[in-house]
Amino acid sequence: MKSKVINKPLEARKASPLLVSLSAVFLGIIAGAILIALIGKNPIAGFDRILFGALSNVRRIGNTLGMSTQLILIGLSVAFAFKTGLFNIGASGQMLMGGITGSILAFYLPLGMPRPIYLLIIIVASALVGALWGFISGFLKAKFNVHEVVSTIMLNWTAYWLVYDWIQRFIVDPTIVVKSKPIETVHTLRADWLTDLTKFSTLNYGFFLAIIACIVIWFILDKTNLGFRLKAVGSNRFCAEYAGIKVNRSIMISMAVAGALAGLAGLTYYCGYSNIMEMGKMPNEGFDGIAVALLGNCSPVGVFFSAVFFGILKMGRGSLAATGIPTEIADTIIATIIYFTATNVILANFWNGIFKRNFEKKEEAISLALESEGRSVDIQSLSKDERKALIKKGMPMLKEKKAEEKEAK
Amino acid sequence: MEIWSVITSIIPAAIAYTMPLLMGALGGLYSERSGVTNLCIEGLMLTGCFASATVTFLMQSAGFNYTLAIAMGILAAMLAGALLSLLHAIAAINLKSNQVISGTAINMLATALTLFLAQTITGSGNVTVLRGIVRQDIPILSKIPVIGPLLFTRTYWTTWICLLIWAVSFFLLYKTSFGLRLRACGEHPSAVASAGINVHKMRYIGVLLSGLLSGLGGACILATYAGEYNSTSGINGLGFLAIAALIFGQWKPLGILASTFFFGICMTIANMGRVIPVFQGIPTGYLGLFPYVATLIALVLSSKKSAAPIASGEPF
Repeated sequence: MKSKVINKPLEARKASPLLVSLSAVFLGIIAGAILIALIGKNPIAGFDRILFGALSNVRRIGNTLGMSTQLILIGLSVAFAFKTGLFNIGASGQMLMGGITGSILAFYLPLGMPRPIYLLIIIVASALVGALWGFISGFLKAKFNVHEVVSTIMLNWTAYWLVYDWIQRFIVDPTIVVKSKPIETVHTLRADWLTDLTKFSTLNYGFFLAIIACIVIWFILDKTNLGFRLKAVGSNRFCAEYAGIKVNRSIMISMAVAGALAGLAGLTYYCGYSNIMEMGKMPNEGFDGIAVALLGNCSPVGVFFSAVFFGILKMGRGSLAATGIPTEIADTIIATIIYFTATNVILANFWNGIFKRNFEKKEEAISLALESEGRSVDIQSLSKDERKALIKKGMPMLKEKKAEEKEAK
Repeated sequence: MEIWSVITSIIPAAIAYTMPLLMGALGGLYSERSGVTNLCIEGLMLTGCFASATVTFLMQSAGFNYTLAIAMGILAAMLAGALLSLLHAIAAINLKSNQVISGTAINMLATALTLFLAQTITGSGNVTVLRGIVRQDIPILSKIPVIGPLLFTRTYWTTWICLLIWAVSFFLLYKTSFGLRLRACGEHPSAVASAGINVHKMRYIGVLLSGLLSGLGGACILATYAGEYNSTSGINGLGFLAIAALIFGQWKPLGILASTFFFGICMTIANMGRVIPVFQGIPTGYLGLFPYVATLIALVLSSKKSAAPIASGEPF
């Protein structure tokens, strides 16, 4: 009898976040395919080229992972802020600030210093500057109730112009005046063994940094007091306040951590993936990070996989040129995916509806089978195997019954 | 007299910069007052800018009258803006989804989609029109001392349309029952519903109006000072400046007129700083960040007495 109490009551399955995310991806790809077809090109060839461009050899796989590095870190940044009920769309600006910090340090620190110490310095420095940039938004939100979406966008453009000025002032390449001088390879995050392994791809230490960040963020969110408080503020700030959690402090901490992650992303982007900074260029990755976080359901593991998925889209699109499809199709697909994750209610409802109908059908089949056997037992008390057998037996009966009903009509 | 010459060069340009912002902010006003948070003004304006660029460019190259082409471009922009805002309306009103995310998705969609279309239409990321609106002096009014050179010389005709729309909106929002209902939807939708008014319909109207007006704002950017749809710079966060102006203007028509004009002056200083002697010593980067920092400061100052519609962002 005891096992019956523990048994969960039978009910229809609910759509899991994973299923909803996968459906959003599916719909995004369909939308992309329709667009490609509309301009008179072959969608299947297009997606084939994308996969080819992203995964066909070691070097391309390395490049894809190199691109995913930024996306993982920014996705984590957005996801972390999201868990606290904040929307960080200022990752681009935080990235620029982290990147410029790394780049300036790379030029002014002596080339001869030990590599581990050097790497530690630039990682900590760019994370700190990114954190400061995120903290400003958190501070404005906590103290002055300035909506973080507006303030982060303003800070994005502030960072854009600051970086514009600082590249010119500190690290400009005298021959090409709109770019910074390329950083020496020993001062980037590139590693010889990784470069050799992947045949000169952009894969660098940043990828491991991103994985470590995933683990750390998972630990903070799921295993620490701080994480619990932050999530409590995210789900209901008034309830959290009533429970004695300092809401304003949580907001500032959360934005600072999000900023630090985006600052690291800037470091891996400008001093690993690439080795120059261009003047007057807003990194698009900051916005792609939103898609990564939403698609990954804001969990570190989900963020990792969705970042790799977007990495494939973004690296693979380079090979589209041969087919005549504009490469922006990848961004269009990404934007469509976000729209569908934002409207995940329809997707969840759609799947829940299907599950429910399926479940009701099974229930009916079981009762029909039981009726034919002349038994009357509570369905809840049947074991899983018994239920399966009964469903198998009942399904043909159900079909017959349905067919008869149709004829009667 | 040097200051006077600086003022006469700044103010007409500032008015030109103000109008797109004013239209974007007014669009945001309609949407937020009806209870739907609208963070996709940027995307709507960008779409408007692109649609008007494409239509104007195609018609002007086909040999149509330049002014007619611009007018058709503006109409196309409004239509495109309204279509895109419909996506936001469905997500926010029917599907009750997170309006901030939906708005962001639409911003990204606008960026990607316009660039995608620009590449298929012209082969490059840019669409440049052959000729924008010619600036004209208003016949008699421009002769008035002081005001004449500031307000009535070298004006764009779109400026007067925008101001007219602003005035009509003022009347519509505060002097008609429609306006009262729309505003009530943003404050207390269930009260409106109990009076037998369809809240969803009012919110749809609010969001669609924001699409129309933001599209018009985007077309103004193109037809007045920009002259091209540029994929790399987009519209430089102007849509978000419009939202900031809406907040700074306390969600009121008069307030947003004043705040958009303030931002217009900031934009003028940022963009024309190099040709104005007073600002020549300042590096380009610092001139460029001026409007954005000014916006942040303005938001901090106006935060004390926030008059945001209470039900804005709440699904009904």
